[in-house]
Amino acid sequence: MDVTLLSTGIANVASVSAALARLGVRAAPSVDPETCRTADAVVLPGVGSFAAGMAALNRHGLGTALKARIEEGRPTLAICLGLQLLSESSDESAGTPGLGVLPVQTVRLDGAPRLPHFGWNRIESAATEGLVQGGSAYFAHTYCLRPSGRLEEAGWRVATSVEGAPFVAAVERGAVVAAQFHPELSSTYGRDLITRWLERARAQSAVDTTQGATPCR
Amino acid sequence: MSMTRIIPCLDVRDGRVVKGIKFQGLRDAGDPVERAAAYESQGADELCLLDVSATPEGRGSALETVAKVRAVLGIPLTVGGGVRTLQDAERLLCAGADKVAVNTAALARPGLLTEIRDQLGAQCTIVAIDAARTAADPSRFEVVVRGGRDRTGKDAIEWAKEAVEAGAGEILATSWDRDGTGEGYDLALLEALSQAAPVPIIASGGAKTPEHMAAALRAGASAVLAASIFHDAETTVAAVKSDLVRLGFDMRLVSAPMLPSVSENSPLPS
Repeated sequence: MDVTLLSTGIANVASVSAALARLGVRAAPSVDPETCRTADAVVLPGVGSFAAGMAALNRHGLGTALKARIEEGRPTLAICLGLQLLSESSDESAGTPGLGVLPVQTVRLDGAPRLPHFGWNRIESAATEGLVQGGSAYFAHTYCLRPSGRLEEAGWRVATSVEGAPFVAAVERGAVVAAQFHPELSSTYGRDLITRWLERARAQSAVDTTQGATPCR
Repeated sequence: MSMTRIIPCLDVRDGRVVKGIKFQGLRDAGDPVERAAAYESQGADELCLLDVSATPEGRGSALETVAKVRAVLGIPLTVGGGVRTLQDAERLLCAGADKVAVNTAALARPGLLTEIRDQLGAQCTIVAIDAARTAADPSRFEVVVRGGRDRTGKDAIEWAKEAVEAGAGEILATSWDRDGTGEGYDLALLEALSQAAPVPIIASGGAKTPEHMAAALRAGASAVLAASIFHDAETTVAAVKSDLVRLGFDMRLVSAPMLPSVSENSPLPS
């Protein structure tokens, strides 16, 4: 199984590719909406500003495709800005709508002693059976999502960290994981998370194949 | 809350790790890829790779080194040395860097930090400041360039503020007076910088002991960088971290080495 890497920018693409390569998986860069919609597994390695990230997605027609694949539960891993792009909007770029997959807004990480929040922080995760488990992961960001019951109501399992105040470290629903931290830079913790996600993606891809058709199309 | 970061630094020239004192007298300190893997397995929180070659050929070889290190490294990688344009920064990111440290070129043109921030994000944009105490007033700091051969007369604290305003998301602060001496970080420099700038400060230059690191963190640094003590196998990242935990700091500890560590240093060429 190849992993499709949405290559709308250059930041952290090399790190994500290297992390996948260490697990024996090839990352195929793509900006094709149809590929984005139907690929077995997609990584959204967003880095940069919210407005620039949305503009890059929309320029290639990827926004709609990405939203559709997440709503269909197809294996997707969104990283850092990638998580924020799934929200409704961001304080960073007023007036730019996000994909709205997550029913919350991205806000500044106020209360942090220093911004950007650079470094390793603990992941508090109640769930033991989830893809995102407890441990320490690497963050590099200034904006964040705050924990909200609306996420759980929409079926998302939420893991949090604290920097001044609690913020969303990651959300997951089925084979969709969106992390504020960088799994590709989180050493063994990140490697294990990516491994679990790939296993789930492979399992889902195998089910799709045995059913002889791609669901939801 | 985020934990204190330990950042080993590889000064690289012609594909080899080198280390000097006060940026001079460089000697061989091993293979960068082996070093990088060993430091990650010891629990390093990030790695810094500074290209100290001075030639265009050296720059090309540094890109190759970045790519080779990236292939094995699962923690953040900051790369600096010779970054003069946005394109230089982009080339480093494409090769596998996560953050780019800009030094001399930003002094000449602070707008370079803005360009990198706007294109690649503040989390990619590091300003590296080499600071020395001024001869006239040792309580003041001035920016030095070209390995300390040139004193610019520019106030290092004012420059830090200006650089953050221009786009730097983090400051790598190296004390020229302490670099490679083992006398400890320049705490007055770190205090002044951490009060002047809202972004994280990485302390660099002079570390010998975990107590030096503890002092730098108390002075306001968010992370501590060291080279010689790790290269010379005086200690390991894991040992430093357990000492810092005893001193009351919150650190990320790794339970067991993930990879065999490098068994010994490469012999020094004459």
